[in-house]
Amino acid sequence: MNQELVVISDEQVEILLGDLLEYYGYDFTGYSKASIKRRILRLYGLDKQLSFAEFRYKINNDTAYFKRFVEQITVNVTEMFRDPGFFKTLRDTVLPKLGTYPLIRIWLAGCSTGEEAYSVSIILKELNLLHKSLIYATDINPAVLEKAGQGMFAMSQMKQYSENYIQSGGTKDFSSYYTANYSLAKFSDELKSRIIFSTHNLVSDHSFNEFQLILCRNVLIYFDRDLQHKVLSLFDESLEGLGYLALGSKETLDFSPLARNYKRVPGEKIWRKVS
Amino acid sequence: MNKCDALIIGGSAGSLDVLLKVLPELNPALSFPIIIVVHRKHGADSLLPELLAGRTSLIVKEIDEKEPILAGTIYVAPSDYHTLIEKDRSFSLDCSEKINYSRPAIDATFQTAAEVYRDKLVCLLLSGSNADGVNGLISVKAWGGTTVIQDPQTAQVAYMPQQAANFAKIDYTLAIEAMAEFINLLS
Ligand SMILES: C[S@@+](CC[C@H](N)C(=O)[O-])C[C@H]1O[C@@H](n2cnc3c(N)ncnc32)[C@H](O)[C@@H]1O
Repeated sequence: MNQELVVISDEQVEILLGDLLEYYGYDFTGYSKASIKRRILRLYGLDKQLSFAEFRYKINNDTAYFKRFVEQITVNVTEMFRDPGFFKTLRDTVLPKLGTYPLIRIWLAGCSTGEEAYSVSIILKELNLLHKSLIYATDINPAVLEKAGQGMFAMSQMKQYSENYIQSGGTKDFSSYYTANYSLAKFSDELKSRIIFSTHNLVSDHSFNEFQLILCRNVLIYFDRDLQHKVLSLFDESLEGLGYLALGSKETLDFSPLARNYKRVPGEKIWRKVS
Repeated sequence: MNKCDALIIGGSAGSLDVLLKVLPELNPALSFPIIIVVHRKHGADSLLPELLAGRTSLIVKEIDEKEPILAGTIYVAPSDYHTLIEKDRSFSLDCSEKINYSRPAIDATFQTAAEVYRDKLVCLLLSGSNADGVNGLISVKAWGGTTVIQDPQTAQVAYMPQQAANFAKIDYTLAIEAMAEFINLLS
């Protein structure tokens, strides 16, 4: 019952984060401490390590275990049409505005297992924009990207996703987008055809294109304020004038000096770059 | 008891009525923050802070991520995120897996706060139908904080405070009528 009393101290967390940076070049030092510590404790509890020293040794010397570590300390929880109101605004306001561009470039940063990318793809298709859109869906974690590429999600989620879809303004039969295969729903290849999944680390990688729409939802909550500012600047560099930046329902541009160059879409966590 | 730096109230089914009774009697000049983590339906968001604000002259607000935690304010955990407490006494939000079928999970807030506020933390667990919060109270106790439950006999759903009484060391068991005075005296 009191698994959580297994204690790793703050200093030990710092040691592990220092190792990751030194040995693997992964910089988690700007992540919110409470959250990352919880994740580490969770993994430590799950894997029943005997001692902190062994835990540390394994992360630093066993690449497979290091991969597991990165997979487990990032939070990958996501869903299709998460926050339906957000997707409704995307459908009704944002994407139609972008419809006039010959090619719509979208960056979905922190895409996790892909549910969000397929959701955007569905809306683009319904707006008849999919053929001239490209969605660059990126994440730090290769394991989630592999899953995203398969486009298969648990059948048991479809009822919820279908409800979300309808609430987001969808009017089609949601089940027409996938074929049921035992416990999995496989989404159509057409939806995937305009999505490029690839790794990109928001902490250390650079801008790689200019976009008209950048979505990064429920990722910044894991970063401290300094890292948030840094990543927001990366987005700003990567966003064309009059492009849109979309954040998660609890995230904001308000505390960034960049805010003055942006105008918020009323009622949603979406900002338009106006200068 | 030690000086209180934060009071966290957790609850589930049957806890809203308790809050609505207790809030009006709170001292409007509280010298510590109150953080409220109650389970609620997906999407029923902004309603709860508004509802509670109607019962007190203290500031009531839904938590924003990275927000510093200030005395004299009542903070309400948003739905669909876990609320975590950072060392520098600010909030972090986290949308990781549900815990005890719940997000927000009371355990997540109690546990992270336990380490930060240590013996200056008071956690109160109200009525509810699952065991969320129980592990949290165990941590609070382990870090020297004060554990309080609603008297299960006065709870609409006794299960949650009863589980706490069974598994954690509880310092105070309070009837609803005794809660406001208890809280006011923490100042
Ligand atoms: C909670 S999920 C959000 C998924 C989706 N955007 C949503 O809102 O449902 C957060 C994702 O951010 C990714 N992430 C964390 N740190 C990152 C970084 N430094 N660079 C890129 N992605 C990162 C995680 O791997 C995870 O898949």
